[in-house]
Amino acid sequence: MARIHLKTVGRRIIAFLENAGEFGLFGARVVRDAFRRPLEVQEIGRQIIEIGTRSVPLIIPCGIALGIVMSLHTRASLVRFGASSMIPAAMTIATFRELGPMVTGLLVAGRVGAGIGSELAGMRVTEQIDALESLAIDSFKYLVITRVTACVLALPVLTILMDFSGLMGGLFSEATVSHISATLYVHRGFAAMGWSDYIPTTLKTTVFGFIIGAVSCFLGYTATKGAKGVGHAATRSVVLSSLLLILVNIILVKLTFFWFS
Amino acid sequence: MDSHANSLIRLDHVAKSFGRRTVLEDLSFEVSAGEAFCILGKSGGGKSVTLKLMIGLLASDRGSIVIDGQELEALDRNDLLEVRKKVGFMFQDGALFDSIPLGENLAFPLRRHTSRSEKEIREVVREKLSEVGLEKELTKMPADLSGGMRKRAGLARALVLDPPILLADEPGSGLDPVTAAEIGGLLQELKEKQRTTLVVVTHDAARVHGFADRLGVLDRGRMIACGTPEELADSRDELVRALASGGEAKDVFSKS
Repeated sequence: MARIHLKTVGRRIIAFLENAGEFGLFGARVVRDAFRRPLEVQEIGRQIIEIGTRSVPLIIPCGIALGIVMSLHTRASLVRFGASSMIPAAMTIATFRELGPMVTGLLVAGRVGAGIGSELAGMRVTEQIDALESLAIDSFKYLVITRVTACVLALPVLTILMDFSGLMGGLFSEATVSHISATLYVHRGFAAMGWSDYIPTTLKTTVFGFIIGAVSCFLGYTATKGAKGVGHAATRSVVLSSLLLILVNIILVKLTFFWFS
Repeated sequence: MDSHANSLIRLDHVAKSFGRRTVLEDLSFEVSAGEAFCILGKSGGGKSVTLKLMIGLLASDRGSIVIDGQELEALDRNDLLEVRKKVGFMFQDGALFDSIPLGENLAFPLRRHTSRSEKEIREVVREKLSEVGLEKELTKMPADLSGGMRKRAGLARALVLDPPILLADEPGSGLDPVTAAEIGGLLQELKEKQRTTLVVVTHDAARVHGFADRLGVLDRGRMIACGTPEELADSRDELVRALASGGEAKDVFSKS
């Protein structure tokens, strides 16, 4: 009995390592092929609209709502210590440093990850990817590189949108409760911030974009097993890219502190 | 120089397995320019795999595949894409790009591989679609087309770059006899008027009797018989005879 369990565990470990290895090779191919001609600029532009522009209606309301909620929590804590004037600074630092990038990453992983995973998996199982190849079109460049590039380029812009939407939400909440002016809120909010609070935290979202794009493209592009495979690719794209995002964020935060201490 | 001088397509001792399942064990055949060669075999017998190997959509485990003098295994990715421009591939279910209209399905490869103007591209698309009787469906999405229409559209797209070779995967399967005959007629016309080299795989020889110059029977990963339709119809092998005649094969299949 124990031997059977051991065999099953062993098989799962081998399968996991195989998948991790395949994904590693896939990611390396993405990096290599991204700089190979043709650059597929038109398709990248189309994907930026699909991935970036169409995520805006999701990002802005979420940012505003997050800002309001954060502001309510921050007020409840800081008022106890008579530090309500610190609310804008606390809000801005929390939003720009961590909440904005992370929440944007997770929202895009949910919306775009599932979309890319299911779209490519659908194309794989209906032989559309083979059809592209048969028409002498490099499907990897056309489908994968364009989507990953679009994710990498769109994430920082969406993060900035999320950051400022959060700020607006916080301002709205504070203005309602304490009647603080917009100028004072913004002044207090950014007084404690330096460039190292904006640039690295925003740029790290390019890594998030790569993770979301590469994971969902990998799962979609290599999908099998018909309609079931399409469903699996969509679900696993969201789960795996969200999980990786959270784990990789730990390393990125540590590196940010190390380089911009 | 050698016996293969006239062959446009040549497969030599090709083998292909998926995991433990061997699909092709030792497959060899040649097709000359302008010839229509049909591969017959039972469903799941490796016919589609053979076609996919012939344009490098799958890599063989062993053996060599030569298309128009170029050995696929020796080509880098860019050269392989160049070879594919010479080969049209008609997929079993059409494999149309479902996010764009039918006309765009045909215009897409033209925009990628030719320097034609948009006006010329529109003309070519209309011409190709009218050849398969779909000129009125230009703006329809693939999901709005019937199975037969999708197959014909897949044929039009495969031919849009005027390739000298066409590979067709089960062109008549799943269709009513009239539509299947229409597609057979289109393939025959292609062979006679444009001298296109055809490799057609099917499990139903009746669909290809009109235009096939030679038939090959694929069984258990090997080409067990190869010859003209008349030669195979007189074969001693029951399976070969049944497949080549295109009917009353039920008993033979149940025995094997």
